[in-house]
Amino acid sequence: MNAEYDAIERLPTGIPGFDHIANGGLPRGRTTLLSGTAGSAKTVFAAQFLAAGALRGEGVVFVTFEESPDDLRRNMRGFGWDIPKWEAEGLWAFVDASPQPDQELLVMGSYDLGALLARIEHAVRRVNATRISMDSLGAIFARLGDTRLVRDELFRIVSTLKRLGVTGVITAERAHENGEIGRFGVEEFVTDDVVILRNVMEEEKRRRTVEILKFRGTAHQKGSFPFTVIPGRGIVMIPLSAMELKQRSSNLRITSGNAELDRMCGGGFFRDSIILVSGATGTGKTLMSTTFMAAGAQRGERALLFAFEESRDQLFRNAEGWGIDFEQMEKDGLLRVVANYPEVTSLEDQLIAMQAEIERFKPQRIAVDSLSALERVSTLRGFREFVIGLTSFIKHQEIVGLYTATTSTLLGGSSITEAHISTITDSIILLRYVELFGEMRRGLTVLKMRGSIHDKEIREFAIDSKGMHIGRPFRNISGILSGQFTHVSPSELERLGAMFRDDETTPPAE
Amino acid sequence: MPRGWGTVSVSVTRIVLQLYIAGRTPRSERAIAVLRRLCEHELAAYECDFSIIDVLADPVQAEIHKILATPTLIKEQPLPQRRVIGDLAADPSEVLNALNLPPA
Repeated sequence: MNAEYDAIERLPTGIPGFDHIANGGLPRGRTTLLSGTAGSAKTVFAAQFLAAGALRGEGVVFVTFEESPDDLRRNMRGFGWDIPKWEAEGLWAFVDASPQPDQELLVMGSYDLGALLARIEHAVRRVNATRISMDSLGAIFARLGDTRLVRDELFRIVSTLKRLGVTGVITAERAHENGEIGRFGVEEFVTDDVVILRNVMEEEKRRRTVEILKFRGTAHQKGSFPFTVIPGRGIVMIPLSAMELKQRSSNLRITSGNAELDRMCGGGFFRDSIILVSGATGTGKTLMSTTFMAAGAQRGERALLFAFEESRDQLFRNAEGWGIDFEQMEKDGLLRVVANYPEVTSLEDQLIAMQAEIERFKPQRIAVDSLSALERVSTLRGFREFVIGLTSFIKHQEIVGLYTATTSTLLGGSSITEAHISTITDSIILLRYVELFGEMRRGLTVLKMRGSIHDKEIREFAIDSKGMHIGRPFRNISGILSGQFTHVSPSELERLGAMFRDDETTPPAE
Repeated sequence: MPRGWGTVSVSVTRIVLQLYIAGRTPRSERAIAVLRRLCEHELAAYECDFSIIDVLADPVQAEIHKILATPTLIKEQPLPQRRVIGDLAADPSEVLNALNLPPA
C-alpha cells in the first residue's frame, strides 16, 4: 500500500463548511477522535458524518455506546436524516452497544471486547461501509471499569478499521473546555487526528466552535470556527477564512437611488461592494436603505431588505411617506422585506437564515437595517464573525449590500459597529447632525470609497416627502464629524491667520 | 416444599447456558473448562443444556444478544437471565453464586 498517499487522501464529511477548514475532509482510512464536553454536539457530528455518506449511497455503521438505536433514529429525524429508510436500503447499520436496562454486568476473571469487534467487522462488511462512527467512548469506559483493558481493546478496534479501510469518527468526552483532550487517556490510541468541539459561555452567550487540533501529516485550517446546529440541517459551519479569500470585484456601478449621492461616490456604488451608512437615530439611514431598495426595484432588479429595528408595517408606512410603494414592489416580486427581532435567535442562526433567504430570493441588492441591532445580541467576536460571514457571502453572489449602523451619540461620534467592521466594508457614508445657529441640520459625507475617487466635502442635506436632497457643502464650520462644532466666519479666519503670524514675532499680551 | 409445587420444580431442573467466545483462545478454553466441570459436578443433578457460540463464526448471534465482551456467559434458564463476563477464573461456588445456581 502506498501509505504516504493514503495518509493525505480525504473523505469529504458532507458537513457544510467543515470540509473547507479540513482541506477536503477527514483523513481517509483513519479514525479521527472527536472530543468535546457534554452538549457540544458530538453525536450530531457523528451522525451527520454518516448521513452525508448514506445520502451519497455509501454504506455506514453507527456504533452506539450510549443512546439506543431507537433514540438515535428518533432524535436524528429532526435533522432530516431518515435512518430507518437507509437501514432498509442496506446502507446504514447499527451496532447496538448501548446499556441494556435489564442487564446487570457481572465480571469474573479476564475478558476482551472480541464480540464487539466481531460485530463491528460484521456490520462493516454487511453494508460495505466506508464510514463508521462510534459514540461515545466515555460510556463504554464507565460501564466496564477496566480502563486499561478498554483502551487496549479500542486500539485493536481502531487498527481493524484501518485494515478494513474505513474512515471513522470516535467521540470522547472532555471534562472541561480547556485541558486534556479526553478522559481515560483515549488520545493514546487515536493520536493522529483530533477534532475538538466546544460549547463555551462567552459574555453570557453560548458559542459553538470546532477546531481541528491535528491531522497528522496533512494541512488544515488553524484556529476555531463557529458553527450552529439547525433543525433540518444539522451542523452548519461558518468558515470565515474561506470568505476572506478571493472576492470578485467589478467596476460595474449601480445607483444608490439618489443622483447626487451617486455623483459624490464617483458614479454610484460598485456592484459586489459593501456600503456602511453610519449615523445617529433619525439622520436618515432607513430612508437611505429604502431609497436604495426602491432604486433597484424600479430598474427591475430584485431587492432584499433585512430589517431588525422596525416592523414591516412601519417600514412600509415610512416608504409611503417618501413616495415609495413597497407594497407594489413586493407584489411584482422585486422586493422582499424580512423583518424580525434580533433577539429571537442567535447570530449564527441568523446568518444561516439570511444566507438561505438570499439564495432563495436571489436579489441584486441587499440592505441590512441595522447592524447595530444585531450587535446588541452578540459577543464582540460573534458579531465580527457574523459581519465577515455575511459580507463575503454577499460578495460571492455579486450583490451590492448596504448596512446601516447607529451611532450612540446624536452629534458626531462613531458607532461601535462601525469601528468593528469599517475595514470590511468598501465604502462608508456618514450621516451627522450639525447644530448651526441653534438649529439642527443634517450633513453627509462619503468617508471612504474603495477603488474610486469621491467627493470629500461634508454636504448638507434635507429630508422631505420626496426623500433626501443633498445640497451644498457646509462652509465656515469645522468639527462636524467630531461633534465639536466651531463656526468660523471668513473674517475670523483671516484674523486667526494674522494672529498666528503675530505669534511668531510678539508673544501674547497676557 | 409444599404439595402441588412438584410441576414447578420439574421445570427448573433444566439449566440453559450459552457461552459466547471469540475464537479458541486460552481465555475461552478456560471458561469452557470451568463450565464443563460445573455441569458435570456441581450441577450434575440437573439437565445441563450448554452451548458455545463463537462470535467470529456467528456475529449475528452476538448482535442479537448484544454481546460486547468475550467470554460472556448467559444463563437463559432458569429465569431470571444472568450474564457473567470473563473467563470465570474463580472458585466454582462463586461462579454458581453469580449465576444464581443451582435453582432452589
